Amino acid sequence: MAPMLEQWTPAKISADPMLPVPYRIKRVRHETKDTFTFDLDPVGDGREFRYAPGQFNMLYAFGIGEVPISISGSDGAMIRHTTRAVGTVTNAMRNLKRGAVLGVRGPFGTWWPVKEAAGCDVVIAAGGIGLAPLRSALYEIMEHRDHYRRVTLLYGARTPEDILYRRELEQWRGKFDLDVFVTVDRAMGDWRGMVGVVTKLVSRAPFDPASVVAMMCGPEVMMRFTMMELRKRGVETERIYLSMERNMKCAVGFCGHCMYGPLFVCKDGPVFRFDRIAPIFGVAEV
Amino acid sequence: MIETLERLIGEHPFFNGMAEQHLRFVAGCAKNIRFDEGQIIFREGDEADQFYFIREGLIAVELVVPPRGFTTLQTLGAGEMLGWSWLLPPYRWQFGARALEQTHALAFDGKCLRNKCEQDHDLGYEILKRFTHVISERLDTTRLQLLDLYGTHA
Repeated sequence: MAPMLEQWTPAKISADPMLPVPYRIKRVRHETKDTFTFDLDPVGDGREFRYAPGQFNMLYAFGIGEVPISISGSDGAMIRHTTRAVGTVTNAMRNLKRGAVLGVRGPFGTWWPVKEAAGCDVVIAAGGIGLAPLRSALYEIMEHRDHYRRVTLLYGARTPEDILYRRELEQWRGKFDLDVFVTVDRAMGDWRGMVGVVTKLVSRAPFDPASVVAMMCGPEVMMRFTMMELRKRGVETERIYLSMERNMKCAVGFCGHCMYGPLFVCKDGPVFRFDRIAPIFGVAEV
Repeated sequence: MIETLERLIGEHPFFNGMAEQHLRFVAGCAKNIRFDEGQIIFREGDEADQFYFIREGLIAVELVVPPRGFTTLQTLGAGEMLGWSWLLPPYRWQFGARALEQTHALAFDGKCLRNKCEQDHDLGYEILKRFTHVISERLDTTRLQLLDLYGTHA
């Protein structure tokens, strides 16, 4: 694998990692029926937001609760988060309008091996909302496209209506230096694209198993089966990275809510190189 | 012509490791075929007398679900196999198939191959082993689809 191009240290928004900093919603975009994207600007003057693709912030809906949400992008001080409304906090967030204020702590956690993948083929496999934490990695790769060999995005969604970043996917499809495969689990008559599970797409992806870096995010079962397909193609486990999801509360490894065997997902993850979690991955009791 | 088909068939992973005389048998039942975008390949309930190896393109396996209309259950692309109803009585397609884009495939005469398999059980076993593998993969992916992984309660 290529050497790391540069070392990088994330800079926290606040010196106290437990202290939320107020951010105002600058723009709300409803991506699908249950996913939405916030563009957040710091209240008052804000420094450039520095993070690495794959990291997450804790978003605090005042008076309701706090949730870990992966960072989908940034522009200067602005932070972009795409969230799925699945629980009390995220459902409350979905109803927030432009101008509302959220608390933000972060960035936390580990990141995708974007720099380490230089000189390699890259396969990005995402399922459902799992595309959100990979979006920024893809943009980073596309920004330095000549550092990489073949780049492939495999994306699976529940139905055509559940496809995230639809407009961006269309743009990505139009690029000659990016192979994009999108599939849905179920579809009605007017869908002309692929139907089937995302794991099936691995066999279509053009890559050299000996020099590929695979990054994946999605439901754990989806990742497990994608892993099996990658292994069938001869990809070694140290070339496979995945983002795990657990119940993260403090985000700094104090509370233990997100313990995953001997690891904390908030601090040792969420992005793990697969060989490091292989013994506990898919174990029901962990 | 048969020689070219033999080469094409021999290169397909489905036939990996198959004995030469069996490949020759299989090639004798095969022909090149092209489907235009939107073309119906077969309809649910029709006699299942062929199967296909897709060389290029995309095919939808579909079912009419009233009142929704045509519903795609699965799509198949390059390197994949379409159809096994020719193997099992009553030799009728359980689902329909349609080309979603211009598709090039190898079409095999199922009846012809079935008869050859009846005469040559070694060939029959080789074919069944390979189809079992495909059917097992299809079952696995169908199970994953049934899990509704991206659903609210996933």
